[in-house]
Amino acid sequence: MNKKKIDSATIISAVIVLALYAAVFIAEQLIPATSMLFTVIKKGATYALVAVSMNLLNGFTGIFSLGQAGFMLIGAYVYGIFTIPVASRMDVYQYYNGGLVQFTLPVFAAMLLAGLAAAFFAFLIGLPVLRLKSDYLAIATLGFAEIIRALFQWDKLGPVTNGSNMLRLFPSFNDFNIKNADGTVAVYFSTLVPMLIAGVCIGVIILLINSTFGRALRAMKDDEIAAEAMGIRLASHKRLAFCISSFFAGVGGAMLAMYQTTVQAKSFTTAMTYEILLIVVIGGIGSVTGSCLSSFLFVAASEWWLRFLDQKQMIGDFEVPLLRNGFRLVVFSIIIMIVVLFFRQGIMGTKELPDLIRGLQGKNKGGADK
Amino acid sequence: MWNTVFPYLLSGISVGGQYALIAIGYTMVYGILRLINFAHGDVFMVAGIIMVYMAASGVPLWLCIPLVLILTAVIGFVIERVAYKPLRTAPRMSAMISAIGVSYTLQNLVLYVTGGLNQIYPTIPWISDSVTILGATTKMVTVVTPILTLILVVALVQLINHTKIGMAMRAVSRDFETSQLMGIKINRVISTTFVIGTFLAGVASVLYFTNYTTVIQTSGAMPGLKAFVAAVFGGIGSIPGAVVGAFIIGIAENIIKGLDIILFKAGVISGPMGLATFSDAFTFALLIIILAVKPTGLFGEKITDKV
Repeated sequence: MNKKKIDSATIISAVIVLALYAAVFIAEQLIPATSMLFTVIKKGATYALVAVSMNLLNGFTGIFSLGQAGFMLIGAYVYGIFTIPVASRMDVYQYYNGGLVQFTLPVFAAMLLAGLAAAFFAFLIGLPVLRLKSDYLAIATLGFAEIIRALFQWDKLGPVTNGSNMLRLFPSFNDFNIKNADGTVAVYFSTLVPMLIAGVCIGVIILLINSTFGRALRAMKDDEIAAEAMGIRLASHKRLAFCISSFFAGVGGAMLAMYQTTVQAKSFTTAMTYEILLIVVIGGIGSVTGSCLSSFLFVAASEWWLRFLDQKQMIGDFEVPLLRNGFRLVVFSIIIMIVVLFFRQGIMGTKELPDLIRGLQGKNKGGADK
Repeated sequence: MWNTVFPYLLSGISVGGQYALIAIGYTMVYGILRLINFAHGDVFMVAGIIMVYMAASGVPLWLCIPLVLILTAVIGFVIERVAYKPLRTAPRMSAMISAIGVSYTLQNLVLYVTGGLNQIYPTIPWISDSVTILGATTKMVTVVTPILTLILVVALVQLINHTKIGMAMRAVSRDFETSQLMGIKINRVISTTFVIGTFLAGVASVLYFTNYTTVIQTSGAMPGLKAFVAAVFGGIGSIPGAVVGAFIIGIAENIIKGLDIILFKAGVISGPMGLATFSDAFTFALLIIILAVKPTGLFGEKITDKV
């Protein structure tokens, strides 16, 4: 590898991220586990990973894919199928005589397999689809997600996928907690571990983006014809980027399964893909930091901060009008439309955390260096 | 054999006609703006919801239908002005994301208004009546849809080929900037396109929901996507293509819904295969195949990339 000088901004960013992890760990030990904060962090970490994987395609490679929900579905199902304890299989696969798979894999092996399965399907679908241009590609990948959704609900595959019934009883995030002999929790890990999994995966993606491969992807995004003239092989680069993105979407799907504790194919609709796309847009297409930030903001706003809009609120004797079930989502959609129409750069544009710190440092030094 | 297939064929033709009316909106907008209007299916759903609420508030049905059609067209006009016009010079993907945002907003608005409950579509006399054709019992709307679709398509093609605004539309879809230089008022042309497209989606919604009787915030998503596939299948930008594609998809989808029974009666399979699960998926499989084999669709023009 080429030797790159690590500047202070990168180090400060690393310290900030580490501090965040430490804060999460400490908060988890002190604050009751039922707090909304942890729900938001768990779901936020999951969405952050999926959003970054989508950003890798839409923001860095210029492939506008809308198949994310399909790859998440594959990941969630593969994880569920291979981690349900053998003893529980009779309960889960009650209509299919206990199902075909009669062994379990360790959690992390199953997550890896989830990613690999998603990547394999991505390879297959990529063969016809990646030759298409922008919006045709979008609609084809969206169609692929719908096909996958139907396939996993097919009755004939029931012994493996449990048909249209849900998968459940597989290990969830709460199983990461270390318990005493009497069943009380000694050390909480149920929020830190999803953060770590997402963090490691996103770290890998960042390394990838900054590698020669990542630079080739960016060149393709800017101008495919020029990139090809510079000797970048479009087809193989696109295929690889598509498979890698799907791999992480699959891992994200497995995390979503752990978060939800149940998996059902019919919930992985195009609406889910749209949601992730909107997260990427709000964060800034082409910024990993932005995608992570907006995932947590999106989840926190929709699950927590805007909840009050769904209930009747009284200010003194005055009942605030319009507030009832569903109003939260209306406000939320309007905010999203405002971002899409007027703040097209999103939160971060194409900047990353170190860029921000460099900007601050530059100001303090009187803007001497860039 | 024929007796088994015919009812499915009949409802396929009916749904095909409804998809055709939606698909025209997609294909015209794409032809002019190169934008997949993801919100189009949701406008179709909103038209259904407006009808439900208007009929419930006591407006007589004969007045409801024209009012719904006009309101739908107005909604189409407003969406274009608010969500797409500001992005005219932005990269193409921004407009598409905006369309996805509009779709999300419309669905959430309807969720809020209806409380997420299924709304029963009002029964429109005559087209809801039962009729028997060649031994298959169905609603009148099944017969009316293909005829009405063909009438509207012929009228639309006349409009595009023989009026001034139609000529402007063709010019804009050929070359956006040049037609602007030639003095065509681009915004007026685009607005007209949206008004025509959403008007036809409104007609489709009256026919479709008379057939399926319930409306919910997600009922527009699937018909919308399928109509778009129909537009791609027929060659996007081509109106006859969209209509042919829509009928093929509508028929194929309904045949697959009954494929278990048809194959069973024909003696090919001995038990249920659950193939009806794939009635939606088939549409998309068809899309991927057509895009891989003939990316420009059945009637599309060949486009080459220029450096």
